[in-house]
Amino acid sequence: MLPQENGRLGPHAVSVRGAGVILDGNQIIAGIDLDVATGEWLTIIGPNGAGKSTLLRTLGGLLPFAGDIELFGTPLGRMRRRDRARLVASVAQDPVVPPGMAVVDYVLLGRTPYIPVLAGESAVDRDAVAEVLVRLDLERFAGRRLESLSGGERQRVFLARALAQGANLLLLDEPTSALDIGHQQDVLELVDKLRRDGGLTVIATMHDLSIAGEYAQRMVLMAGGRVVAAGRPRDVLTQDMLALHYQARVRVIDGEQGPLVVPVRAGD
Amino acid sequence: MGEAPLSDGEAAPATRAEAPAGTRGGDVRARRVSGVEPARLRVRWIAAGVAAVLVALIAGLALGPVGLNPGGVFIELLDLIPGVSLHSGLSPSEQAIVTQLRLPRVCLGLLVGAMLALAGGCYQGVFRNPLADPYLLGIAAGAGLGATLGIIGGHAFELLPGAGGSGTPIYVPFAAFAGALVAVTLTYALGAAGGSARTPAVLVLAGVAVTAFLTAGQTYLQQRYVETIREVYTWIMGRLTTAGWHDVLLVLPFAVVTGAVMLAYRRQLDVMSVGDAEAESLGAHPRRTRLVLVIAASLGTAAAVSVSGLIGFVGIIVPHTVRLMAGSSYRVILPLSAMFGAAFLALADLGARTLTAPDEIPIGVVTAFFGAPFFIVILRTSRRL
Repeated sequence: MLPQENGRLGPHAVSVRGAGVILDGNQIIAGIDLDVATGEWLTIIGPNGAGKSTLLRTLGGLLPFAGDIELFGTPLGRMRRRDRARLVASVAQDPVVPPGMAVVDYVLLGRTPYIPVLAGESAVDRDAVAEVLVRLDLERFAGRRLESLSGGERQRVFLARALAQGANLLLLDEPTSALDIGHQQDVLELVDKLRRDGGLTVIATMHDLSIAGEYAQRMVLMAGGRVVAAGRPRDVLTQDMLALHYQARVRVIDGEQGPLVVPVRAGD
Repeated sequence: MGEAPLSDGEAAPATRAEAPAGTRGGDVRARRVSGVEPARLRVRWIAAGVAAVLVALIAGLALGPVGLNPGGVFIELLDLIPGVSLHSGLSPSEQAIVTQLRLPRVCLGLLVGAMLALAGGCYQGVFRNPLADPYLLGIAAGAGLGATLGIIGGHAFELLPGAGGSGTPIYVPFAAFAGALVAVTLTYALGAAGGSARTPAVLVLAGVAVTAFLTAGQTYLQQRYVETIREVYTWIMGRLTTAGWHDVLLVLPFAVVTGAVMLAYRRQLDVMSVGDAEAESLGAHPRRTRLVLVIAASLGTAAAVSVSGLIGFVGIIVPHTVRLMAGSSYRVILPLSAMFGAAFLALADLGARTLTAPDEIPIGVVTAFFGAPFFIVILRTSRRL
């Protein structure tokens, strides 16, 4: 049940060929081709309704899809739910906060794919939870109710639950949208550290383009349910591209860690 | 941009979340998070639950028109255990009161209370709604209509043995049971007609519709056959008065099987508390779990209701009291709800038959009389409904 069954990882964490999703008769995303290398950080950007979250949920196995998706060389459609949950962990955009639940119990939910359906957690699961709490510096919150924590603290607890899953692929849907800029940086630095130290592959959707460009190794720009640009941040975050797909007037400045995108108001 | 200071306290950063076993296990154990452990059923809570059940049992057996010595009653109980032979000091007639009159009734109260509280806790978890009770999906209306039909049918075919007598005809529980199951099945089928969008909310709304429909049917029948109103009314208010071992034996198999299923799935209810989508991403099967638990809770409730009538509030107040006392994890809530629900209903029945003796108060009145004020408190203190 432990680590090494995920040990043989191919070069590609994610490989998508011609993927499409239809929800309630509407084609939400179509013709998606995507490769994400193991250990890479890929950020998906795009205007509202571009299909970013749908793509992320599809990769997490939560939506029926057409086309081919492989995670670490295994077709997503053929994975059992528990096996998939040991490989892929998701943090939703606005995770449900169960009333009254203590942080330690919430993080323990991450061990669900390792705990038999009708049994209780083992010492291994409890140790895994303790280790994640230590690793994310959440020990002092262990007994607190999740709803009593601040936004930044909660976001780390959400991450802790995902890490407790022991997954190799981390899907983050707008991980910073509820945070001030200081906590945005804290959380993203933390994720990047976990990625570099632990070999995690990270796929995130983000709205703030500057901060997105600073952490992503590669970016994908989606619009109208399709991938319209992909590449290094400085290749994707261009004034023309953003004007075309966001209908936004921006100035792109060369920053140390990546291009900085500044919205500017139209002059008369 | 510098390194974020978030993780200063780390000792072993380059390791995976899943690999604390083996050589590094002791290391982690040594750093065990300041004594905070995941929720689980603590021994003191089990002891409190068992004590409550014992108190209700002894009180229910000792108190009544003939007051008995609680110590003697306890010894008499022990004497009933096969292989144990003790002298309780009770006279033969007192022994008969304990074992033949009061024990079946107290046992029925314990069983029905445990079932209702357990099913209520289950429904609250499955529907992620603190106001859910075992009657949410139309069980009460279905059982009421079934019982009404049974009573009317009994009159029509003159099967009733003296309408004024204490006995409800033996087939009424079966009619109520059948009505309850028809109602829940109808609710589930209607909810499913929503297609893939069958969310818990759709099911609850379907339950509202089914309840309204069946209640209308029952109201019509009562108007049509006015002579049965008193009997139907008595049934609806709940009663354990006719309890003999027969009723206990009727409920027992359902209680054992459905209770075991509900308790076995209690951890899954914690997983479901993050919603279907996140539960699925954690590898759980929330819809399958919901179906299993709704079937188990409904069968258990239908069996209980069929012999006890519609006893309200137990399914809400007991799980909520447990939640307030012992925490929000269903791993704790469900087993404790079963124990405290059993004790609560047995004590409520004791009140029902002793407070205005020799008259009896319908037990549904007793539970609601204590339940309604409590419910107000819950409404005022609950952070999120």
